[in-house]
Amino acid sequence: MLLFIEQCLNGLQVGLLLFLLAAGLTLVFGIMDLVNLAHGSLYMVGAYFAATFTALTGSFLAGIALALGATLAVGMAVEVIAMRRLYGRDHLDHVLGTFGLILFFNETVRLVWGPAGMNLPLPSWLNRSIEILPGVPYSMYRLSIIVVALAVAIGLYLVIMRTRLGMLVRAGASNREMVGALGVNIKLLYTLVFGIGAALAGLAGMMQAAILTAQIGMGENILILAFVVIIIGGIGSIRGAFVAALFVGFVDTVGRTYLPEILKLVLSPTAASTAAPALSSMLIYLLMAVVLIVRPAGLFPTAAR
Amino acid sequence: MTRALVSPRNLLVGALLALLALVPVYAQAVGNLYLLSLFTRIVILAMAAVSLNLIMGFGGLVSFGHAAYIGIGGYMVGILGYEGISSGLVQWPLALAASALIALVIGAFSLRTRGVYFIMITLAFAQMIYYVGVGLDRYGGDDGLSIDRRSQFGGLLNLSNRTVFYYLCFVLLLATVYLVWRLVNSRFGLVIQGARSNDRRMRAIGFPTYRYRLVCFVIAGTICGLAGVLLANHTDFISPAMMHWTRSGDLIVMAVLGGMGSVLGPVVGAVAFLLFEEVLADITEHWQIIMGPLLLAVVLFARGGLDGMLASLSRG
Repeated sequence: MLLFIEQCLNGLQVGLLLFLLAAGLTLVFGIMDLVNLAHGSLYMVGAYFAATFTALTGSFLAGIALALGATLAVGMAVEVIAMRRLYGRDHLDHVLGTFGLILFFNETVRLVWGPAGMNLPLPSWLNRSIEILPGVPYSMYRLSIIVVALAVAIGLYLVIMRTRLGMLVRAGASNREMVGALGVNIKLLYTLVFGIGAALAGLAGMMQAAILTAQIGMGENILILAFVVIIIGGIGSIRGAFVAALFVGFVDTVGRTYLPEILKLVLSPTAASTAAPALSSMLIYLLMAVVLIVRPAGLFPTAAR
Repeated sequence: MTRALVSPRNLLVGALLALLALVPVYAQAVGNLYLLSLFTRIVILAMAAVSLNLIMGFGGLVSFGHAAYIGIGGYMVGILGYEGISSGLVQWPLALAASALIALVIGAFSLRTRGVYFIMITLAFAQMIYYVGVGLDRYGGDDGLSIDRRSQFGGLLNLSNRTVFYYLCFVLLLATVYLVWRLVNSRFGLVIQGARSNDRRMRAIGFPTYRYRLVCFVIAGTICGLAGVLLANHTDFISPAMMHWTRSGDLIVMAVLGGMGSVLGPVVGAVAFLLFEEVLADITEHWQIIMGPLLLAVVLFARGGLDGMLASLSRG
């Protein structure tokens, strides 16, 4: 039972991290109709920035804040230099162009920070465990990830649903020509949306970097997961991304923990212990395939696309 | 639609094929065996790119999981070899059958979706197959498996002879190009291309486009499986890395770089991409920092790929 609560919380934490990554991806896709494979690179860049700035300033919070700003700036620069020219092209061009960007970012990071990964050390007030229920200790840091990510999710929801900027974003998603014709500076709006998406991805990267390390290529595997999330949720839907991210995080974490046990019921112990890791890696892809087969446009399809 | 036979484009493509045919002769003359090995790899991946282009360029179906069939073909050779069956006459047909079967299953599900969803569901299936490879502990799991003996063809062919192997790959590439060319220009190919332009209209005039596409998808997967068989024999090694999703990305890049509009475009693209990679890697360890922006530049400024540029030269 103890393990189960802990695994549920871990699943929630993984899911919320995925949501931060997927939110930017689905916004960019929904509004600019752009498939951005390089989103994972921004996740990686965020992690490296956080590690660098934390080491420079000696303060975890200041490092994170500076890194957020820097990732936002990098995202906006990428939009102005490269992405802007890709709008309106077909998806194949997006895949190809942003694939090129991944190569560029990976190699730039290797050039600047070297091939070894970087650690993001936690301050002592985060690096301990806390009793969430009597007798149930849980990592303070993972708990704070859950809190921060939930706050960001709620903030994002309020911005999109309750502010003028959010209204423009929603309008842009349903008919971008009309929004432009009504006198909105659509270019600036796009740059801003892309930058915010980048900062969210960077935030996810930073938070993950403190658990693992900042590494080259860290963005690519999780990027595919984020794509799975937005596909399951329905492209362009923030609500869908949220539900799907939690779902995927939960299935992945709990699957990894309990699949070996379940398999042992039907298979021999050795067969189960070899099959389980592969099967649990496959689980979410299986989930996505099933969702797409049943609902070819995801769980929360946005307007016809 | 008559086109001049002697156009810069046709001349260049002809010259490229002639050069490919002469690689072993040159490699022997200067004693550069690495060159032969490099070009064997190029020819094999060109074959995979041509097969991808059949569904992507002509069918309009962007598969982001095409490398999976390279893996399936390769793993069939590796696994059968490991279990003591090294006859090519058994290995190869089984590998092709497995590729076709898996392509049939993946295609049957994936083709229900469109556009970006199709890109992503093919990626998802490829990832599943990748993780099956990682999970095959008996066959090396993540680390892969060495192949002790290349496929045996009795006295017929000796694949361990580098020159013989190169020419085998080259002939199979030419056969693939011919097959795809015949397909594309047949009634079947016209239906596939019609469905790319306007699926609804094709269905309205009575073509079950889903079935046509599925057959096309299976053919492409099978050819790519053959490329995997060759690649495993070439490297004497199989590992999940041969079907990593970046390999699928590479194949897309080759097809787009060469030009998706023609059958030979991906061959041009594969040669250009892999040679360029090789040259850049020679110049600097950080070659990707040049390669990345270059890809972006191709997308932005050279639509239709190298082949398209050549074709526009021909038009004058």
